Amino acid sequence: MASIDITDVRKAYGSTKILHGVDLTIKDGEFVVLVGPSGCGKSTLLRMIAGLEDISSGEIRIGGRIVNDLDPKDRDIAMVFQSYALYPHMTVADNMSYSLRLRKTAKEKIASAISGAAAKLSLTPLMERRPKALSGGQRQRVAMGRAIVRSPKAFLFDEPLSNLDARLREHMRGEIKKLHQDLGATSIYVTHDQIEAMTLADRIVAMNAGLVQQVGSPLDLYDRPANLFVAGFMGSPAMNMFEGTYRAANGGTVELAQGVVVPLAGPAPTADGTKLTLGIRPEHVLVGKTGLEGIQALIDLVEPTGFGTILHASAFGADVKAFSLERGVAVRGDTVSVSFPVERIHLFDTATGSRIG
Amino acid sequence: MIRPKRLGMTIAHRAAILVYVAFALFPLYWLVKVSVTPNDLLYSEGVKMWPSRATLDHFAFVLEHSDFPLFFRNSMIVSVSTAFIVTILSSIGGYALSRFTFRGKFWIVGLMLLTQMFPLVMLIAPIFKMLSPLGLTNSLSGLILVYVAFNVPFATFLMQSFFDGIPKDLEEAAMIDGATRFMAFRQIILPLTLPGMAATLGFVFTAAWSELLFALMLISGVDASTFPVGLLSFVSKFSVDFGQMMAAGVLALIPACIFFLLIQRYLVQGLTAGAVKG
Amino acid sequence: MTEAVSAQYGRDRRPFLRRLAIASEPYLYSAPALILIVTVMLVPLAIGISYAFRDMTLLDPFSGGFIGLDHFRAIAKDKTFWLALKNTVYWTGYSVALQFAFGLILALLLDKPFYGRGLAQALCFLPWAVPSFLSGLNWAWMFNPVVGPIPHWLYGIGLMSAPDNILSDPDLAMWGPIIANVWWGIPFFAITLLAALQSIPRDLYEAAAIDGATPFQRFRSITLPFLAPTIAITVMLRTIWIANFADLIVVMTNGGPADKTQIVASYIFTQAFRRLDFGYASAIAMVLLLLLMVYSLLIVFLRQTLLKER
Ligand SMILES: Nc1ncnc2c1ncn2[C@@H]1O[C@H](COP(=O)(O)OP(=O)(O)OP(=O)(O)O)[C@@H](O)[C@H]1O
Ligand SMILES: [Mg+2]
Repeated sequence: MASIDITDVRKAYGSTKILHGVDLTIKDGEFVVLVGPSGCGKSTLLRMIAGLEDISSGEIRIGGRIVNDLDPKDRDIAMVFQSYALYPHMTVADNMSYSLRLRKTAKEKIASAISGAAAKLSLTPLMERRPKALSGGQRQRVAMGRAIVRSPKAFLFDEPLSNLDARLREHMRGEIKKLHQDLGATSIYVTHDQIEAMTLADRIVAMNAGLVQQVGSPLDLYDRPANLFVAGFMGSPAMNMFEGTYRAANGGTVELAQGVVVPLAGPAPTADGTKLTLGIRPEHVLVGKTGLEGIQALIDLVEPTGFGTILHASAFGADVKAFSLERGVAVRGDTVSVSFPVERIHLFDTATGSRIG
Repeated sequence: MIRPKRLGMTIAHRAAILVYVAFALFPLYWLVKVSVTPNDLLYSEGVKMWPSRATLDHFAFVLEHSDFPLFFRNSMIVSVSTAFIVTILSSIGGYALSRFTFRGKFWIVGLMLLTQMFPLVMLIAPIFKMLSPLGLTNSLSGLILVYVAFNVPFATFLMQSFFDGIPKDLEEAAMIDGATRFMAFRQIILPLTLPGMAATLGFVFTAAWSELLFALMLISGVDASTFPVGLLSFVSKFSVDFGQMMAAGVLALIPACIFFLLIQRYLVQGLTAGAVKG
Repeated sequence: MTEAVSAQYGRDRRPFLRRLAIASEPYLYSAPALILIVTVMLVPLAIGISYAFRDMTLLDPFSGGFIGLDHFRAIAKDKTFWLALKNTVYWTGYSVALQFAFGLILALLLDKPFYGRGLAQALCFLPWAVPSFLSGLNWAWMFNPVVGPIPHWLYGIGLMSAPDNILSDPDLAMWGPIIANVWWGIPFFAITLLAALQSIPRDLYEAAAIDGATPFQRFRSITLPFLAPTIAITVMLRTIWIANFADLIVVMTNGGPADKTQIVASYIFTQAFRRLDFGYASAIAMVLLLLLMVYSLLIVFLRQTLLKER
């Protein structure tokens, strides 16, 4: 086990810059999830940690040792690929023992290591099969097994579950979590999946366009997104965002389109007249009968998810999404009143995108 | 309802295959037929499907009284060496083209394409002039050298397409597992390209086995003659003894066919691994 | 731009030798093949090209002088060359088209699993193992009415008025080598196309069948687009190869009768080895090389534009 320190790491392919200076410290035994839109450089960062890509500038340390110039084989890390990258000409057992055989580990040790890993991942009956004769889920488990047999300093996962169906993904998510709790290994995990990120991570690193946007615990990112990007990226259905202007009078309000004024919990630390963006998560939007205090809105669309209901309403020329656990709150064509509880409102500077308060 | 139509399709399919097999084999059959026809019946029963008397005399003569066994041996040496050397060179070259981006790659590929475009006849005189001071003109090594160079470009493209068909992930996984690049190549990539290498081996072997032009020009003595040159010598030496020539041809076909049958399974399999990509 | 990037993104700090080792890896790997190609093919090619501008006749001690473009002027006036050029188009066009068409049919036939497929495949591919000049000799033999059956068959089914040798008929002679070439070359196309066919995911066909596509529609909308890249590259390489392929013609007709089967490649051969005029042969070869380069550039260009339009 080891910590991983990434200091001002940059990456450029020729003149195309991909990463613009990433700083990140991953503590020993921590499970860190990298999220971000496609093409933002998650895989590139992971592959630089693994030693599969050159580091254009900056430093990566594993366990305190600078690894910039070390070959992948000398970094003592394990990686699970999205494609699994199982060796097609080797049996499951050989796939799992390959790294140990390369290290000239004693035969008995290899045998006990792979039988242990196989038992953990319920692969024991499959040990003599070739990858071709396995299902997708089984292949995924072999890829995991190959990573855990040699107790490396750190695990790297690049979207390891994205080729599985929803149910299996949920199951494997649990397995990975359990595995991490058992082994306590430092892990970096790249995913597109919100739920995976939220459930697995000790800390989430949100990336966009080659820059780290925010680092924090899952609930931190959810409750206090540092900027518009993170606010929009985390959470589904996505956060409502309305552009408006800050008014310092009356204890602080935001003036939205069509003269709608939303009161705030208190004065915001910004100047009167600042253009800002008001954000509120759909599950925090209150929907009530008309006549009650709030903003008039017309229901356009009702999406029952079984678990709850997503309402789309139009008000002050914008689309307001609300999520309610109850059913039958409203039907299409209803006029309702929506309100935004002050303690649930997020404010962002529209110009810089960063959080206010 | 579908049944009769299906059956009809199946019959048509098998019939088409049979027709093609017949088309492919008939000329070979004719070769064999001529080789077992006694000389006195060669013309009188020339168009009969099988002579009224068959004989193995031609084969016996070729094996016992001609230099054919020597030619055969020379051809074997030349073709097998060429095939192996080309396969090795084109494997490492194809690997470089498939796995690295490097300055000058475009020009290397361009040069290799250029070599596929001109009549090799054009090279005979210059090559002869270059090789003769080195003592490589009347020797099998000279012939091997020339054949290797001629076959390397196409073989390299072929091998590159096989390597392209193998995901890069596998190598990277191996390197993370603790292998050097070379070990990853040897233990992971090479076993997976074996079919492709067999295919390349086959392509090159058949090409070298049947090459006539350069063998004719670079070799003048009997000692280093390959079998195609030897076959032509039947024309002059025995005032075109077709029976013997065809017998020699049939004998020469045997190793080529055996070799081909052995590798043809891999040909398709190997090409499937990467297909010839554009 | 690049400088700014390298300034900001720092220099490679690895030891010099290590960087050298890493940077030279691809060159080391391609070096053996490259050195061979350059010394045994490109240097002779350059020398060969220089012959085109010289008076090079073997066995003539007074030859070797530079004569500028004389050979090319001679080519422009050489009737045989122009006839050979026309014949080359004819020979290459029909050979490639027929090899490709039958190769594709054969590949489609062999793509279906059936009992004995392995054997059928092996037998169908066998012609390829036959040395080209041996197959030339054998086909010449079969076209000969005294010792071969083909003229009698053609006469029997009424295609010919008498069982004559088509190789000595000026109008038909070219078909002799073309048929031999087709027989010999089908396997090449069949093998490459079969390999490409087998790499088409089966579920695509299943999806199309469920969508209600007829077999022909499936062939057009799935098989052909998938084969297109393979077809493009193999047809291009094969065309060049066949245009340069003189063995069969030299063996079967030697360009006759009356140069009716003379192609440029066989004409070069004749000039070089019958008349030992290497200068003139090289000049013709250069013209052929230029034409083939134009052809392949055209194909590459067409392919690019087609790919872009997709
Ligand atoms: N070899 C390369 N040359 C040039 N650009 C590259 C290269 N490899 C990746 N890139 C670019 O780097 C950027 C980041 O790629 P990366 O694979 O890290 O994205 P990602 O965040 O993993 O995306 P995804 O979620 O889709 O996997 C992309 O814009 C990609 O086009
Ligand atoms: Mg990625």
